[in-house]
Amino acid sequence: MSSELHTSAEYIKHHLQNLTYGRLPDGVWGVARTPEEARGMGFWSLNLDTVLMSLVLGVVLMLVFRSAAKTISAGVPSGMQNFCEWAVEFVDSSVRGSFSAKSNLIAPLALTIFFWVFSMNLMDLLPIDYVPLLAHELGLPFFKVVPSTDPNATFGMAIGVFLLVLYYSVKMKGLGGFVGELTLQPFGKWGMPVNLLLEGVNLIAKPISLALRLFGNMYAGEMIFILIALMGGAWAGMTLGSTALYGSQILLSLGWAIFHILIVTLQAFIFMTLTVVYLDMAHQEHH
Amino acid sequence: MNINATLLAQTIMFALFVWFCMKFVWPPIMAALDQRKKQIADGLANAERAKRDLELAAKRSAEILREAKEKVGELVVNGEKRASEIVEAAKAQAKVEGDRIIAGAKAEIDQEVFRAKEQLRGQVSAIALAGASKILGREIDAKAHNDLLDKLVAEI
Repeated sequence: MSSELHTSAEYIKHHLQNLTYGRLPDGVWGVARTPEEARGMGFWSLNLDTVLMSLVLGVVLMLVFRSAAKTISAGVPSGMQNFCEWAVEFVDSSVRGSFSAKSNLIAPLALTIFFWVFSMNLMDLLPIDYVPLLAHELGLPFFKVVPSTDPNATFGMAIGVFLLVLYYSVKMKGLGGFVGELTLQPFGKWGMPVNLLLEGVNLIAKPISLALRLFGNMYAGEMIFILIALMGGAWAGMTLGSTALYGSQILLSLGWAIFHILIVTLQAFIFMTLTVVYLDMAHQEHH
Repeated sequence: MNINATLLAQTIMFALFVWFCMKFVWPPIMAALDQRKKQIADGLANAERAKRDLELAAKRSAEILREAKEKVGELVVNGEKRASEIVEAAKAQAKVEGDRIIAGAKAEIDQEVFRAKEQLRGQVSAIALAGASKILGREIDAKAHNDLLDKLVAEI
């Protein structure tokens, strides 16, 4: 807990604020120093921490997989190759389980999603004060280390998936088929507006649920870490209460972190599986 | 927690990573996995085939061994038979040869005896002639008495 942050509310707010780069109120481009400044920047600003973390994680991930793929052989696998083969087989079998059409894109897409989201979620297990403190030392006002607690990140990926859903819907069924699917069911051609409303909601719900589920879970998890961290932050000298709170923080954050390993993995898996399922639905005709 | 251009950046990064994965990560790993699967399947099939071949070979070798034993027994029996045949033949031939040699020798002996007899007869006739001439005191005309002498010689 940084010394400049006096109240719990400020501490929480500080931890939930992204490092935003954009046009400041005085017209200069720079990093927002307060949440209000960040909000005032409008759409054309960038959450540097989210972009940086997800970029670094993605690049590291791709380099690991690429290095394994470059040296891979059909002989006895070892080390990193083992891990990558396991990852590929795991993703491949889950894609096979829920995707019936044939596609060269879906399986690599699922692999990327699972491990990228997983690594982004995993940042949640870093002690929550360390990175912001380090950023503070470097002169950065905020640093939110978990990209998947930024709705921009989750919606960004969900939009990518949504575009693919649209693309494959049109590709597999033709534009007419896709429009027909949106307007001609479930009530036939006389119920067209109702159909469009229902099917449109159905369609839009896919990326929104995808993004919000991941964001909500990770945001809530992060929030609980912050709340647990507040217990030790309430340190007020060597009193019984303070010591008990301090001990509880250690135990609770340990417990929550262990439980969070499950959530981290599960959310990555759900994101991947739902993506595959949505794309499978896009490939299939409705009857 | 405001929606901003990070959204676009994230979508672009997402697309790039997926493209990279699809292009450079997934195909080689999948290819290697498939190849290994094939290798293992081949290996298992080969092992199975080798096992079957081994069984066949064992069966065949036992067969060959049995045949060889049979053949050897046959050969031994044949050899023994042939050997006794050869011995018998040699014996018979030896007997024939022996008989022939004995017969030859006998004939030669007979001839010698005959020749000795002839010689002896000639000499006896000469002695008889000499004796008779001495007794008669005159020369006997050998020519005139030749048939007489011959008769005498034949009698001796």
